[in-house]
Amino acid sequence: MTALLELAEVARHFPVRDALGRARGAVRAVDGVSLAVPPGSVLAIVGESGCGKSTLGRLALRLIEPDAGAIRFLGEDLRALSPRALRARRRDMQMIFQDPFASLDPRMTVEDAIAEPLRLHRIVPRGGERARVAELLERVGLRPEAARRWPHEFSGGQRQRIAIARALASGPKLVIGDEPVSALDVSVQAQVVNLLRDLIRDLGLTFVLISHDLGVVRHIADRVAVMYLGRIVEEGPAAEVFADPRHPYTRALLAAVPGMGAKAVPIEGDPPSPIAPPPGCRFHPRCPHAEALCRAEAPPLAGGAHAAACHLQSRLPPPPVLRGPDRGGERLRRLQSFFGAPAPQPETTGINA
Amino acid sequence: MRPPVLEVIGLTVEFATDRGPLRAVDGVSFRVGAGETLAVVGESGCGKSVTSLAIMGLLPPGTRLGGAVRLLGEELLGQPGRAWQGRRGRDLAMIFQEPMTSLNPAFTAGEQVAEALRLHEGLAPRAAMDRAVEMLARVRIPEAARRARQYPHQLSGGMRQRVMIAMALACRPRLLIADEPTTALDVTVQAQILALLDELKRETGTAVVLITHDLGVVADHADRVAVMYAGRIAETAPADTLFARPEHPYTVGLLGAVPAIEGGAGRLASIEGTVPDLRRPPPGCRFAPRCPFAGRDCEAQPPLAEVGAGHAAACWRAPLDRMLAA
Ligand SMILES: Nc1ncnc2c1ncn2[C@@H]1O[C@H](COP(=O)(O)OP(=O)(O)OP(=O)(O)O)[C@@H](O)[C@H]1O
Ligand SMILES: Nc1ncnc2c1ncn2[C@@H]1O[C@H](COP(=O)(O)OP(=O)(O)O)[C@@H](O)[C@H]1O
Ligand code: SF4
Ligand code: SF4
Ligand SMILES: [Mg+2]
Ligand SMILES: [Mg+2]
Repeated sequence: MTALLELAEVARHFPVRDALGRARGAVRAVDGVSLAVPPGSVLAIVGESGCGKSTLGRLALRLIEPDAGAIRFLGEDLRALSPRALRARRRDMQMIFQDPFASLDPRMTVEDAIAEPLRLHRIVPRGGERARVAELLERVGLRPEAARRWPHEFSGGQRQRIAIARALASGPKLVIGDEPVSALDVSVQAQVVNLLRDLIRDLGLTFVLISHDLGVVRHIADRVAVMYLGRIVEEGPAAEVFADPRHPYTRALLAAVPGMGAKAVPIEGDPPSPIAPPPGCRFHPRCPHAEALCRAEAPPLAGGAHAAACHLQSRLPPPPVLRGPDRGGERLRRLQSFFGAPAPQPETTGINA
Repeated sequence: MRPPVLEVIGLTVEFATDRGPLRAVDGVSFRVGAGETLAVVGESGCGKSVTSLAIMGLLPPGTRLGGAVRLLGEELLGQPGRAWQGRRGRDLAMIFQEPMTSLNPAFTAGEQVAEALRLHEGLAPRAAMDRAVEMLARVRIPEAARRARQYPHQLSGGMRQRVMIAMALACRPRLLIADEPTTALDVTVQAQILALLDELKRETGTAVVLITHDLGVVADHADRVAVMYAGRIAETAPADTLFARPEHPYTVGLLGAVPAIEGGAGRLASIEGTVPDLRRPPPGCRFAPRCPFAGRDCEAQPPLAEVGAGHAAACWRAPLDRMLAA
């Protein structure tokens, strides 16, 4: 099956200048990333601040230019497209950002904001816009009356729904969400997570979810790619990456998620600077398993459908057993069913086991 | 029982705004003992920060305060600003979400910690600087002596937060208020900082009020929890009890709304709607417009009533098992 989106050895470096404007090296924001996103799947890109997630997302849509590598959408190299052909392609590729306050123009009514892509790509016949906007608003759980109002009249969660409606207006095949629920409070975040899940399923969307929140990722993604300092260190099916993390950094990330009774000793140190990444394996200064080889040679991403970039991948001890707090068992699940949550059979993963 | 380090009784805080009075905190009570961590958890705008600023005496002038705030048995509300000032740093300390706002960009990390020590412990400049470097090493800043000479902008977010903690704990305060101390940090750094706070608390016996919106942080680091909703305490319990037997519908919904990594890929519980506007709060129970168990009786305000040992919920339906029997 051909991937909807495919990145091959993509890199983007940003020059770093000193106060006098002289070049002082480069931030290797994305440094050789390959990925394939099959149609109808949800890939999550996770990692800590500054590891290159947003840069990768923007590269994937060619909102910024790569320094190296190929980006293919439906097999077609986006770099080879003329500006005009690229503009036409934009209809199929949309982005949702973290900050719904910044991504909506305060001088546009909700209707205008959602209708803009419809007009731009001449998607509905003149006069048909209003009905389509109403339909989109309903899809994202807002009333049609919202169309006549202004963005500032809405709460953060409602604005994010409007931004989602706008992104869906052109009927895209691919949507990239860059921390789409990170700015929202828990109760509203849950509403938008559920909405995204429903939209992805009902519209058959291909979705790339950029997030630092592993809980959100667990609920939405089919596959997960873990980034560290501009590179992918692990990639695989979500259930497997969570249950059987193969890279020491992935393990550290999972162990650091609060609420897992994390009595595990957290890894030391801050992520190093992407201007001068450590030689060899970039994780080695913080890795509890590092050996001489790790300091000398960069490990390749290897292992097939669940791959990790670690020299010791086959020799690592089993992942630490983490256990979530007792979430109140059957009683709590039954009470929560009043809040629209199904009373699920608790899924057993290796993390719990 | 030993007198608590901090006792808050019926605290109310009201701001005058151009669209009328806003009661951000409405009758909040809790107590924290030595060496205990009380987590105050809730969504943004529910009054967590206002509560902590009230305890610290840091609310803007003109704010209307009611109730009582007792530190080591001594009433603080209504005292002149000077009395607070003496207390801050020595008995009371606070760390904020964004350390940049409370660190002075013009002074080095070492100078700022040393300043706190000179002010409150009366140390000579040289001795203060030595102690400051010691403190920075204790909060595990690598190469503390070198880092002490650096300015805040030269430090990472995690390191700045460590400097804040060093400053806050330099004088061994009896009470530490940590308002979202790790919200701006990456998870691996958050884990380091929270582990450090736990360790320092064990050593010094400081009482900690940990303000957070993250139930995972509560589960790992709190002894007791107060769940706030729209300016009031909805439920308070020992942390284990809260997760095992929540008795307020808001807590129940909140626990189900958190996407957990061990939860598998399911739909989340969702609390419909949004938090009320505090200028026009609903009558009676403030959660009623979003509560699946709401009825006519909820138009009267439910008291925070005992439902178990150290466990109280402000809900007419608590204990909730009745809802399941039906
Ligand atoms: N336009 C730019 N010019 C210079 N450096 C940049 C630029 N954009 C990003 N960077 C740098 O590239 C690196 C990766 O940035 P990116 O925004 O992709 O990270 P991220 O993973 O999205 O982080 P976060 O979780 O904080 O959003 C960072 O070091 C960042 O400072
Ligand atoms: N100085 C102020 N003047 C007016 N309203 C305020 C002020 N400070 C806070 N508020 C309001 O009080 C409520 C509680 O705020 P806060 O305690 O900061 O919430 P949080 O729980 O997110 O920390 C919010 O509605 C906020 O807008
Ligand atoms: S390659 Fe070596 S340093 Fe890198 S993650 Fe694996 S064990 Fe650790
Ligand atoms: S008092 Fe009524 S509205 Fe409030 S939480 Fe209880 S059942 Fe719900
Ligand atoms: Mg980003
Ligand atoms: Mg706050």
